[in-house]
Amino acid sequence: MNRFKEGVKVTVFVSPKNTVLDPQGAAVEQAMKSLGHETVEGVRVGKTISFDIEGEDTPESREMLDKLCDGLLSNPVIEDFRYEITEG
Amino acid sequence: MRVAILQFPGSNCDWDSEHAVADILDVPAARIWHKDKLPSETEAVIVPGGFSFGDYLRCGAIARFSPIMNDLKEFSEKGGQVLGICNGFQILCESGLLPGALIRNECIDFRCLNQELKVEDSNEYFNTKILGKKLVLPIAHGEGNFRADEATLSSLEENDQILLRYESNPNGSMNDIAGIRNSTGNVYGMMPHPERSVAPHHPCLDGLPVLKAFLAPLLTSRPTEISSS
Repeated sequence: MNRFKEGVKVTVFVSPKNTVLDPQGAAVEQAMKSLGHETVEGVRVGKTISFDIEGEDTPESREMLDKLCDGLLSNPVIEDFRYEITEG
Repeated sequence: MRVAILQFPGSNCDWDSEHAVADILDVPAARIWHKDKLPSETEAVIVPGGFSFGDYLRCGAIARFSPIMNDLKEFSEKGGQVLGICNGFQILCESGLLPGALIRNECIDFRCLNQELKVEDSNEYFNTKILGKKLVLPIAHGEGNFRADEATLSSLEENDQILLRYESNPNGSMNDIAGIRNSTGNVYGMMPHPERSVAPHHPCLDGLPVLKAFLAPLLTSRPTEISSS
């Protein structure tokens, strides 16, 4: 009864752009350092969004995913994204 | 109705905005649900503060795709006055009606205080002559840290698009930016809450001149209407 039996699984990774300040990452880095991991540097906190979708991995479906990622799932002003497509 | 105040699920400054505009400034206003059409008689729109769609994904990211945003885009392209306050500012940035983005406060804390602000000479309605050099307005946000790339930031500065700057930067905003307008001067966005400082029981009354400055193009059109009737 897997509705997406014919489809694919998409995992989107969104991360703050390297040029944009990441206060959350800075706080986490501070916490890591206070735990004794003093050599840790450049912590960035992003998010993953995963979903199933009908269809196959085609240039057209990637174009649709690019559109979805570049606007709703990530904000191009402050974030970068990439995604992985696996068998559903 | 002259001023439309948009209501998204999670908006919570919509009633305050209506109170400030309709009851205090005596300009007819109405709250408009995000799935409804923007009424044709609309002369100005306020996108109010709050936590639209729970601030999920990013502040304003989901509201940006609400049906009424198509009408708002069209309205602003025709030169209609738009003001985004706090979450409304975030929504306008997400939708591309204003440049830049608002991220988590640098200090991580949610900042809730009466904030001293420096007024910039931006345009004929919003300047130090009309508003004075300093204002105090309430702020209440966790994501008010204004970010833009260098080119965007310098064009904002060069074109006098900065409306307000923080006196003592509470959130890490670039160039102490608390409010901006678009290049054509009809879309405004700010993190401080003018609608929460309009009545004697509020901490101050500095919201009044700010809202008046935003509504100035409408308010100045009123005498014409009266004389023609």
